[in-house]
Amino acid sequence: MAHTTQVIRSEWTKATTVRATLWTLAIAFLVTVVFGVLISLLLNNTFEDLPERERLTFDPVLTSFAGMSLGQLAMIAFGILLVASEYSTGMIRASLAAVPQRGLFMTAKLLVGTLLVLVVGMVTSFVTFFLGQAVLGDLSVSIGETNVLRAVIGGGLYMTLIAVFAMGITWVLRSALLAFSILVPLFFLVTPILASIEATRDVGYWFPDQAGTAIMSVVDTGERPYGPWGGLLIMVLWTVAALVAGYVTLKKRDA
Amino acid sequence: MIEAFGLSKHYGAKTAVYNLSFQVRPGIVTGFLGPNGSGKSTTMRMILGLDEPSSGTVTIGGTSFRRHPNAARQVGALLDAKALHGGRSARNHLLCLAQLSGIPKRRVDEVLDIVGLRSVAGKRSKGFSLGMGQRLGIAAALLGDPRVLLFDEPVNGLDPEGIRWVRQLMKRLAAEGRTVFVSSHLMSEMALTAEHLIVIGRGQLLADQSVKEFIAANSADFARVRTPDTEPQLREKLTAALAEAGGRVDPEADGALRISGLPLPRISDVAHAADIRLWELSPHQASLEEAYMRMTQGAVDYASTAVPGGQPAGPGQPPHGTPPHGMPPHGTAPYAMPQGAPFGAPAAPGGGFVPQPPQPPQTGFGPPPQGPPAAAPAPVQQPTSDPEDAR
Repeated sequence: MAHTTQVIRSEWTKATTVRATLWTLAIAFLVTVVFGVLISLLLNNTFEDLPERERLTFDPVLTSFAGMSLGQLAMIAFGILLVASEYSTGMIRASLAAVPQRGLFMTAKLLVGTLLVLVVGMVTSFVTFFLGQAVLGDLSVSIGETNVLRAVIGGGLYMTLIAVFAMGITWVLRSALLAFSILVPLFFLVTPILASIEATRDVGYWFPDQAGTAIMSVVDTGERPYGPWGGLLIMVLWTVAALVAGYVTLKKRDA
Repeated sequence: MIEAFGLSKHYGAKTAVYNLSFQVRPGIVTGFLGPNGSGKSTTMRMILGLDEPSSGTVTIGGTSFRRHPNAARQVGALLDAKALHGGRSARNHLLCLAQLSGIPKRRVDEVLDIVGLRSVAGKRSKGFSLGMGQRLGIAAALLGDPRVLLFDEPVNGLDPEGIRWVRQLMKRLAAEGRTVFVSSHLMSEMALTAEHLIVIGRGQLLADQSVKEFIAANSADFARVRTPDTEPQLREKLTAALAEAGGRVDPEADGALRISGLPLPRISDVAHAADIRLWELSPHQASLEEAYMRMTQGAVDYASTAVPGGQPAGPGQPPHGTPPHGMPPHGTAPYAMPQGAPFGAPAAPGGGFVPQPPQPPQTGFGPPPQGPPAAAPAPVQQPTSDPEDAR
């Protein structure tokens, strides 16, 4: 469809002509890689001091992805800003006046946003893996070992999904401020705390970020009620739910 | 052609637009007038399918906007000049919009030339003045070379040169056979730009007529006469003589007399016959702005209550901020006039002086107003039967 390509091209121009896109994606990459390398380096130097249980369940792949808990915030920021800037600037009215088919408009924005985060997410994931393994020295694994490639690709998918989830939520909330104040504390504080406290762990594991993290580990600690793909599926379901809610909001609310 | 039928929009308990029906025809500039908060922008958004009407329909060329296959090539709109990403350059902003509708890239530079923003096209729009923003918004509306154009307050923030430019642009677009619908809260601006007027207040239709008809119905000629200040008895004498001759005489605050219903030579003859000297005899026309103010004063949402010389909240003016309740359960809006009928119906055909202010629809705000509020600038005159007065 000619019209669809036009709308996608326009969304591409929108995304690539503001600096926020470059900044958030660059920060997502840098933060993830730098922190991943630093933590890998730290663990390599202190490995002998770790308690035995942690040494036995040591996951070199997940360790190199440690920076992602911070880097994902920039991915979330990208997702929020991509959608919320339509509302904060009022551009949404010009956009919908030009494309009254709201489903098409949302799909185009989603495609462009997803493509950008997928590319950046994959590059980030591979770079942080290889650099992390390089500094892990004797503890490192190679990409050819069992499940490792799955985990690294999974890291890219995780970053993509978290950004798309943020987009869906922002279509519902229609405000960057609101979306930031909900999503950032949620993924930076609430779910990590829920998942690390014994009493709330069973609840915490079902949140999208905690479930999605499972795809990045190669050592099964047996704590989670689902495997790596199960975890990713849970995250996908959360994302789909957010997008459906966003679509319904866009369709029904006045612009 | 834009057609609205019984268009209404409620936001919760607040009624923004009530039972609005009108047509906007191609080939002329149609002005859309109303005070702030009267529902102009809401109506524009409903025309563009951005807001769903609570009831009624609005179509462009017979099709509702959301069903138009390539809406942006048919309809261009300027809704809010600030509705753009400040971090994006003017050219890229237009490029986004052009691509949305499959408009070739070179058209972006064309419209930048039309609005005179070529030299700043690469600059981020964050630094634009309000006037530059308006020009950019107008450029966006023109992108698709559409047959139907909507402009919401296009002259906001423009300097006099810019206002004149917008005026000429609107007229040129209409002359090319396009449908041009321009909202404003400035009567004086619309009188110069538009050929047809749709006036709303509190979301209801107050007038739907050509500017010519509006002027004929709402601005009557009158004469000002001044007798020597030193001899007050002459004033009394002249008042009596003119009234006898069939004129309508009203004293003005500064001691002059306002005469309607008599041509100037006749006033002079009457004065001469009564042996009264005149210090002044001058022709006047009630301003359109004044007529418009009177028409909408019962429909102003956010009126200031303490403006010297302004109109204080009279019995016809409910306390501001009160949502219009007491709407008739069915039938047409109380303000609505048949198409083409002059506003202020009983007074207007005889060339009455200034129309009666509209009777507000409310019944719960005390007695209906007897004529205009006390401090209205000009007294309301009953129509006279003098044939000379009829135009």
